[in-house]
Amino acid sequence: MAIDKNEPSKLRWGELEEDDDLDFLLPPKEVIGPDENGIKKVIEYRFNDEGNKVKITTTTRVRKLAKARLSKRALERRNWDKFGDAVREDVGSRLTMVSTEEILLERPRAPGTKPEEAKASGDGLAQLSKGGAVLMVCRTCGKKGDHWTSKCPYKDLAAPVESFVDKPAAAETSAAAPGAGKGAYVPPSMRANAERTTGSDMRRRNDENSVRVTNLSEDTREADLHELFRSFGAVTRVYVAMDQKTGTSRGFGFVNFVNREDAQRAINKLNGYGYDNLILRVEWATPRTN
Amino acid sequence: MRPILMKGHERPLTFLKYNRDGDLLFSCAKDHTPTVWFADNGERLGTYRGHNGAVWTCDVSRDSMRLITGSADQTVKLWNVQKGTQLYTFNFGSPARSVEFAIGDKLAVITTDPFMELTSAIHVKRIAGDSTEQTEESVLVIKGPQGRINRAVWGPLNRTIISAGEDAVIRIWDSETGKLLKESDKESGHKKTITSLTKAADGSHFLSGSLDKSAKLWDTRTLTLIKTYSTERPVNAVAMSPLLDHVVLGGGQDASAVTTTDHRAGKFEAKFYEKILQEEIGGVKGHFGPINALAFNPDGKSFSSGGEDGYVRLHHFDPDYFNIKI
Repeated sequence: MAIDKNEPSKLRWGELEEDDDLDFLLPPKEVIGPDENGIKKVIEYRFNDEGNKVKITTTTRVRKLAKARLSKRALERRNWDKFGDAVREDVGSRLTMVSTEEILLERPRAPGTKPEEAKASGDGLAQLSKGGAVLMVCRTCGKKGDHWTSKCPYKDLAAPVESFVDKPAAAETSAAAPGAGKGAYVPPSMRANAERTTGSDMRRRNDENSVRVTNLSEDTREADLHELFRSFGAVTRVYVAMDQKTGTSRGFGFVNFVNREDAQRAINKLNGYGYDNLILRVEWATPRTN
Repeated sequence: MRPILMKGHERPLTFLKYNRDGDLLFSCAKDHTPTVWFADNGERLGTYRGHNGAVWTCDVSRDSMRLITGSADQTVKLWNVQKGTQLYTFNFGSPARSVEFAIGDKLAVITTDPFMELTSAIHVKRIAGDSTEQTEESVLVIKGPQGRINRAVWGPLNRTIISAGEDAVIRIWDSETGKLLKESDKESGHKKTITSLTKAADGSHFLSGSLDKSAKLWDTRTLTLIKTYSTERPVNAVAMSPLLDHVVLGGGQDASAVTTTDHRAGKFEAKFYEKILQEEIGGVKGHFGPINALAFNPDGKSFSSGGEDGYVRLHHFDPDYFNIKI
C-alpha cells in the first residue's frame, strides 16, 4: 500500500499507522469566523495524554455589545491608565457585568391584559393558550371558534342575545389569566366560558352550582379536588384558596359543577368523607334553600 | 437589550453625565467617589478620590480634560480627568448641589444649599485655562430663591442661567447682571420640588422633573410651558434623547413597589415618552430602587440610569427602538 507523500490530501486514516513520519503532524487550527449569529468555532488538533490525536472544537458566541465608532480622542482615551480605585483592577473584575436577563422597552398595555400569563400550562388548560381561538364565540349564531359577533356572516338573521361581556378582547386574554395557575381570580362574568348557548343563564347557573369544601389539608391542590369531584359529574372550575406567603392551602376551596344534580350528589357523598386524614365538609357555596 | 450593570458605588447614585464624545460616563454617588467608566462596555476607568461628603453633581468640559464635581462637604473640586488628580478646590459655606460648565468651559455655575444662616445661592466662577492660575473669586452671586436650588444650568449662549429647586418655580436670570428675567407661572408650573433639569441638544427647550409626579417641557427663551408628561411616581431624574423625540423620566418611591415577583431584575423603571405626543412609549425595568439619575449618550444610541440601589445600568438600544411608532 503505497502512500503518496506528495499529495497528503489523499491520505487515508486507516493507513496512517504504517507511516510513522507523519504522526507528529497535526492538521492546522481552523477558525470558522463568527457567522450571522455570532457563533465562532475554533477547531484544534492535539495529542492527548495517551498520544492519540484528538480534535477539539471550541464553540463560542461572539457578541458585539456596541458599534462604537470612536473619534481619535476617544481612541486615545481608551488607552489611558487606570487610576484611583481602579488601579489594581483587571479586565475580569466583576464590577461590570452584562445583565443575565434580557430587558425590553415594554410598551404600555391596555388595562386588563396580562401578556405574561399567556403561557401554556398543560393539563387541559393548554386549550386556553391556543391563541384564544377556542374562545372566539359569536353571539349571533353561537358558533364557537370561527368568528366574532361583529364578523358574523349571519348578522342580520338574529340579534345578539345579550351584551353582558364588556370587551371580547379583554375576555380573550383574561381567560388566559385564570388558566395560568389561578394566580389572578377573574370573575366568571369576565371569562369567555365555552358554553354560551343560552347566554348568561348558563354561566350564572354554573355559579349557582358552586360547592364549598372546607377542612382541606395543607397540601391539597386544585388537581386533587378535581380528581375527587369529577366522578360526580362535569366540573367546570376548581379553586383552592392559597396562602401567598407560605404556598399552602388555607384549608378551603370551591368546585363548580355543570349540573346542579351532580353538585348535590357530590355534597351528599363527600360531606364527612375522610380525605388526607381530615374530614371534609362539603356544602353549597352560598346557603341554598332547595 | 442586555443592560450592562456597573456596581462601583456602595451608596445611591446621584448624578450621571456623559462627555461630549460619548465614550466616557461619569457617575456621582453618595459614597464620596465620583467614578468614570467607558461608555461602550461599562469598564471602569478610574475614580476621583478626595471628597469628604456625598457628591451631588458633576460636569465635564467639552474636551474631556477637566471634571468639576460638587459635594456635600461644601467644596467644588476641579479634576484632571485622565489622571484623577485634583486641580483646584472651591470652598463654600454650604453643600454644593449643582455644577455646570458654561459653553466654552470658561465659566461654571454652582448652586449651594441653604445651611444655617446662609440662604441658597447661585455662584458663577471663572475657570482658568491653566489651573495654577485659578482663583476663588466669584464673578456673580445670585441669592433669592427660598429653599434648595436643585439644579442650575446655562441658557443659550451663556446669556442666562436657569434655576429650579424646592420652591417649584423655574427662574431665568441674566448671567451678567444677576437680574431675575422670568419666573415660571405658578398655575401651570410644578406643584412640588423640582428635582432635575435637562436641556435639549440645541438648547431651545428644556425639561424639568418634579416630585409632583410630572415633568414639563419649557421654551428656553420665553419660559412658556410646552408639554407635560405625567407619571405615577415622583420624578427624580429626566433626560432627553438627542436623536429621537423621546423623553425619559425616572423616579419612584420605595413603598410603592412591594410585590412578589419572580423576576430577578427590579421593578423600578425608566419611562419613555414621546416628546410631542406626550404619550408613554414604554418602560425599561431593572432597578431595585428608585432611579436617581438618567443620562443619554450624545449619539442617542444608548442611555444609562443610576439608582438608589447603587447600580448604574447602561443600555444600548436594540435596532427596533429606532423604529418605534405610536
